[in-house]
Amino acid sequence: MSFFFEVLIGGLLSGVMYSLVALGFVLIYKASGVFNFAQGAMVFFAALTYVGLLEHGLSPWLSIPATLVVMIVLGLVTERVVLRPLVNQPQITLFMATIGLAFFIEGLAQLVWGANVRGLELGLQDEPMQWLTDTTGMNVSKFDLVAAGVAALLVTALALFFSRTRIGRALRAVADDHQAALAVGIPLQQIWAIVWAVAGAVALVAGLLWGARNGVQFALTFVALKALPVLILGGFDSIPGAIVGGLIIGASEKLAEVYLGPFVGGGIEGWFSYVFALTFLLFRPEGLFGEKHIDRV
Amino acid sequence: MTTKQMSAAGPSQGANSSPSGGSAAAELNNEVASVGARIGDPVLKLDNISLSFGGVKALSDISFDVREHEIRAIIGPNGAGKSSMLNVINGVYRPQKGTITFRGAVRRDMDPHDAAAHGIARTFQNIALFRGMSVLDNIMTGRNLKMHASFLEQAIWVGRARREELENRAKVEEVIDFLEIQHIRKTPVGRLPYGLQKRVELARALAAEPTMLLLDEPMAGMNVEEKQDMCRFVLDVNEQYGTTIVLIEHDMGVVMDISDRVVVLDYGKKIGDGPPDEIRSNQAVIDAYLGVAH
Amino acid sequence: MLYREAGQFKVSYAKDQQIFPIRQDRIAVLALVAVAFLVVPFVGNQYWLSAIFIPFLIFSLAALGLNILTGYAGQLSLGTAAFMAVGAFASYNFMLRVPGMPILLAFAGGGTVAALVGILFGLPSLRIRGFYLVVATLAAQFFILWFLTKVGWITNYSSSGVITAQQIVILGYVFDTATSKYLLVLGIVAVMALAAKNMARGNVGRSWMAVRDMDVAAEVIGIRLMRAKLLAFAVSSFYCGVAGALFAYAYLGTVEPEAFSLDLSFRILFMVILGGVGTVLGSFLGAAFVTLVPVLLSVTVRFLDSNLNLHIAESAISNLELMVFGSLIIFFLIVEPHGLARLWQIAKEKLRLWPFPH
Repeated sequence: MSFFFEVLIGGLLSGVMYSLVALGFVLIYKASGVFNFAQGAMVFFAALTYVGLLEHGLSPWLSIPATLVVMIVLGLVTERVVLRPLVNQPQITLFMATIGLAFFIEGLAQLVWGANVRGLELGLQDEPMQWLTDTTGMNVSKFDLVAAGVAALLVTALALFFSRTRIGRALRAVADDHQAALAVGIPLQQIWAIVWAVAGAVALVAGLLWGARNGVQFALTFVALKALPVLILGGFDSIPGAIVGGLIIGASEKLAEVYLGPFVGGGIEGWFSYVFALTFLLFRPEGLFGEKHIDRV
Repeated sequence: MTTKQMSAAGPSQGANSSPSGGSAAAELNNEVASVGARIGDPVLKLDNISLSFGGVKALSDISFDVREHEIRAIIGPNGAGKSSMLNVINGVYRPQKGTITFRGAVRRDMDPHDAAAHGIARTFQNIALFRGMSVLDNIMTGRNLKMHASFLEQAIWVGRARREELENRAKVEEVIDFLEIQHIRKTPVGRLPYGLQKRVELARALAAEPTMLLLDEPMAGMNVEEKQDMCRFVLDVNEQYGTTIVLIEHDMGVVMDISDRVVVLDYGKKIGDGPPDEIRSNQAVIDAYLGVAH
Repeated sequence: MLYREAGQFKVSYAKDQQIFPIRQDRIAVLALVAVAFLVVPFVGNQYWLSAIFIPFLIFSLAALGLNILTGYAGQLSLGTAAFMAVGAFASYNFMLRVPGMPILLAFAGGGTVAALVGILFGLPSLRIRGFYLVVATLAAQFFILWFLTKVGWITNYSSSGVITAQQIVILGYVFDTATSKYLLVLGIVAVMALAAKNMARGNVGRSWMAVRDMDVAAEVIGIRLMRAKLLAFAVSSFYCGVAGALFAYAYLGTVEPEAFSLDLSFRILFMVILGGVGTVLGSFLGAAFVTLVPVLLSVTVRFLDSNLNLHIAESAISNLELMVFGSLIIFFLIVEPHGLARLWQIAKEKLRLWPFPH
């Protein structure tokens, strides 16, 4: 029984990692209505820049702010070069543009920093918490717990930001209708710049944590794809939804792999979350937190 | 005499030499008798229709009928539920309460495909044309139910598929001639001005050779000339092909002029039902909608 | 001067509806087809035939398949490679287990199996709209590849997972040279492209486009949404399946799941986007573009290396490729969202007026 809980908690905590990436998606979607396929590439780029700078001799205390600056610049450039010319285009066009962006960033990252797999040390050990193991017999990694804490903090901060501040309201308006937002005088470019910068920062956090966990490698970009089922469950524009969705996906994935996997030869993790999300959509096409779509004819 | 009565009393001699095919000839022979005899039995009956979206009640307990070959207008202030009413007839919305009786068959709701198969066609308030296609292609989609060749036959483009395509093209060209849009047949619809788009939408509906036509504000946004043209088309359709017409319209002049009977809706409820003259003098309707002349 | 329609009157609807209504177009296309069939096999060298033309044709076919689904029916798909894989593996099994199976029939059979799988994964499209459908196709992509690797029966219990494709033998003639394979692929692709064009201009193509543009209105005029969408998935997957079979048999020589990864799905999506969503010509232009860019890049790099002594590492080339594709996609989406096909159309319109400016 405790094994079940161990797997469950392990799954929940890995779900938290998914949520961190999903959070970046939600930010951008909430603020511009764009599904940023390049989020995974941005996470990869952030992690790679950090270790790259470290390799060049910078201390971690300098590296983190430096990478943050790089990510913000990346966000600003993206807004200027990719998003601004495509204002008011249909969602699908913007999505395809972000696919192009993802490929560009991936190529750039590897061109600049090289393609070897690297480790990332954050001073957190991926070891079980001793007292927890002693008391309950469950192995829960310290690392995962810290990651969960970080995610919780981020989510609270962002949720407050969106619902309480004036900028948050402006962001929601922009996500709804670009042209209408422009018409009421919302400074679209500034708003987008802010959002992409914040998303870049979130990508940095996610990149550091993921990199520490799995090493910094190209496969990190595919984490972006995993975020899709998370977003479907949690809703594309819900910040708490990103967490809930992440938890559900992480837990179900791990549980499925451990309990169903042996019956079908293993390797379920690669597709389970997608099939899960798909089945979910069949019953609730708007996702958990989404709004029901009514066509006015 | 209204415009409608004038054109109805028109040349019956020309009836047999009309180029339009199909059931039109039979209808015209019936029409020769008199204007009054033209309008037939109720072909559509709506009983106690109620429709709501979540908490919003769009329609409350609406009942009225539509007789064959007549022009029935639905009028009312904005938000009265007129478009929703058409959507219910058409099957786009399913009412929570009430029944629809169409050609004798009683139903709880309509299915859009069934409606189309039974000869109901419509136009939409915010033009629902297929923007990626040309005018000709849009109108050809209206002939969709008349084309039976499978996709395999179409892929090879021989025999039935080819023949059907050409036959239906000929029919569509008749509609294009009727609505005078020959000059724009290859233009992508997105490039057309609003008035022409409305006409193309009407063409698409007509291409299906419907027995009942639902028109949602066909003259919205048009100037006087365009409205006259549209009126002429609507009347011609009604007279030449005997199509029953249910029409939502805001222009009172048009409504009073061309419709046989009028239904008035306000806040989802029916507040008037009868010939135009009766409606014009109905106090409830005047208060809600028509206003008082100063 | 050259490209004038003056004097070409269409006196029947049949003439008006032909695929190439302008005489100059007809001549040009016939010439192109003649060159492709009669000249290239004799003039082209082995490298160009086997490494450029054959994959170009195969990818055009796959792009055509994806275009039918995404371009005409408006359902975005990231599972193209998976459907290609189904076609390849199914063809392999037909050849393996049915004695005396003609290989062309095996290809068609592979396509049919792919079509059935396509319908299965297309079922969600009846409930799920627009963007969310990407999930269904991603699920298809990951699940199908996992399935093909796990189920031993499909790979004939091969230990390495890599199966050699059988030889292509038709009526006793063995297709083992680059030239013969090229002609076979060319023939199949030409026939299927013609079929696709016919479907696109026929009723089924119009109903797909209607569903893409406004499905409520499509329903109202009597188009059955379910039938149209599932048919789109089926036909699209059939095309991808045949392309996959050709990919394995006429290009790779092996039937392996790794060749049909998500990366390939993206590649084909790029071809469709760059070439022009919703056009038959676009599939070919996009495939040509995506196939040629890596070649151009390596040529440029070699040129820079030998003439300007600018040394660029091998690994850098593949990264540059990613960057070039990425930026091209963004560029096209901004400048001409309808892709190369639209640019071609504009060029033709300019040509109509040439040498006059307007």
